[in-house]
Amino acid sequence: MTDSSQHAVEIVGVTKTFAGTGSKRAKSQGDGTVVALDDVSLTVSPGEFVSLIGPSGCGKSTLLRLIGDLDEPTAGTVSVFGKTARQARIDQDYGIAFQSAGLLPWRSVAANIELPLALHRFGARERRDRVAELLSLVGLSDFGDKYPEQLSGGMQQRVAIARSLAEKPRLLLMDEPFGALDEMTRERMQSELVRICAETGAAVVFVTHSIPEAVFLSDRVVVMSPRPGRIREIVPVALGDDRGELLREDSRFFAGVTAVREALHGAPAASAVRGVESR
Amino acid sequence: MNSVIVRRVLPPVLLGVLALIAWQLVVQLAGIQPYLLPSPLAIWTQVQLIGPLFVPATVATGTNALVGLVIGAVIAILIALLASRLPVVDELIAPIVAAVAVVPIVALAPILGSMFGATSETPRRVIVAIVVFVPVFINTVRGLRQVKPVHRDLMRAYAASNWQISRTVTIPGALPYVFTGLNIASSLAVISAIVAEYFGGLQNGLGSRITSAAANSAYPRAWAYVFAAILLGVVFYGVTLVLERLASRRRT
Repeated sequence: MTDSSQHAVEIVGVTKTFAGTGSKRAKSQGDGTVVALDDVSLTVSPGEFVSLIGPSGCGKSTLLRLIGDLDEPTAGTVSVFGKTARQARIDQDYGIAFQSAGLLPWRSVAANIELPLALHRFGARERRDRVAELLSLVGLSDFGDKYPEQLSGGMQQRVAIARSLAEKPRLLLMDEPFGALDEMTRERMQSELVRICAETGAAVVFVTHSIPEAVFLSDRVVVMSPRPGRIREIVPVALGDDRGELLREDSRFFAGVTAVREALHGAPAASAVRGVESR
Repeated sequence: MNSVIVRRVLPPVLLGVLALIAWQLVVQLAGIQPYLLPSPLAIWTQVQLIGPLFVPATVATGTNALVGLVIGAVIAILIALLASRLPVVDELIAPIVAAVAVVPIVALAPILGSMFGATSETPRRVIVAIVVFVPVFINTVRGLRQVKPVHRDLMRAYAASNWQISRTVTIPGALPYVFTGLNIASSLAVISAIVAEYFGGLQNGLGSRITSAAANSAYPRAWAYVFAAILLGVVFYGVTLVLERLASRRRT
């Protein structure tokens, strides 16, 4: 085993360019190619919660897609648990959830959660037991027979999260999963995600637009800048294992929010003394 | 339940009855000759007179329409599936579909009639199948292209095979479109089955009854068969509409 197998995710010198004018991910260069990510390196430890935050076009979603092997890097390497991203995808080493729940409207809630298990030919009994377990984990035990259209947006997103956990992945990739939810539902979902992560021990790479969300959830917040997409700063937050609702009014939480905000917008004059790590 | 009937069923029925009354009055008061426009009562008398003959004629035409509809739709769906999987087939088939879409069935009917012989139902079924093919094919292809990016990403993340993607995402997503195509095709199937009978061959269907009644100046009788043709078309349309509703029930 090489040293890199210690990491859940290891990204080394990754660059991603999109050819032509089709992409809106980042600013285009003279010849029409778009540099979405420029020489990005990042490691995520097993069980660690890492958020990617930054303005539109900073390549945070692209980075997540590279980890999941939904796109391939132009240069550099992405490894997941010491394997190539492609092999990790084929081995189903990660679960994934998107901003849109992406449930299949013609399948019941239970059948949607069961989908990855059915595709990978798990036995009927195992599937049924696992679905029941996941429904209770996301608090939807009474809704297994319902159809997605009968559920609220927050409930649909909980189904999508249950589905991403179906095969007990050691890595969760989440692309703004709470982006379309109202603020109250969002905070409740965040608390649930903290609990679910504690129960499953999975590493998480979490893309978000929201500073408080990133601070509340993360061990580390990766602040990115656009045009071309680069990591500007990595802010360690790690507010501990006991993250109840009170934490949202805790001074450590506010300090984290301030630190991430300053990293995003550049340090204001008053706190210019703070060292900003620039890459 | 009662209010639904009052609000949704009563108005069109009322309008229909009023139109029939107006028709009857116009024909009687203006003294319009039956060969120009028979009155609804005269048509109804004929319907009662030739009632027993309705059934075999309607069954003959209806069978042709149904057989043609099924054959044309099955071929259309199979080729659409193939085209969605293989870009080569997609490119090959596009100009052929355009050509089929503009085939004048009126011109084709006599030719097919002499190809298959005057005692065969086959030419009529072939014509129905050709007419049905186009709307079913176009709608099915459109439906198969409706896969949402999030579903495509999800299936890639699951490392799903092409067949698994078709079975779990593409085909269920395309079903409502297929039924919309079938719904359009069902009326066309009945119309083309009747029109195909205008060009000779067996004299057992509604189309041949209409032409022979008109040739004998029995206009109310011709209209009575037109009435049967409308009923047949409504049945086809209604059945496929119910199927379409069922198929699109779970879409968001």
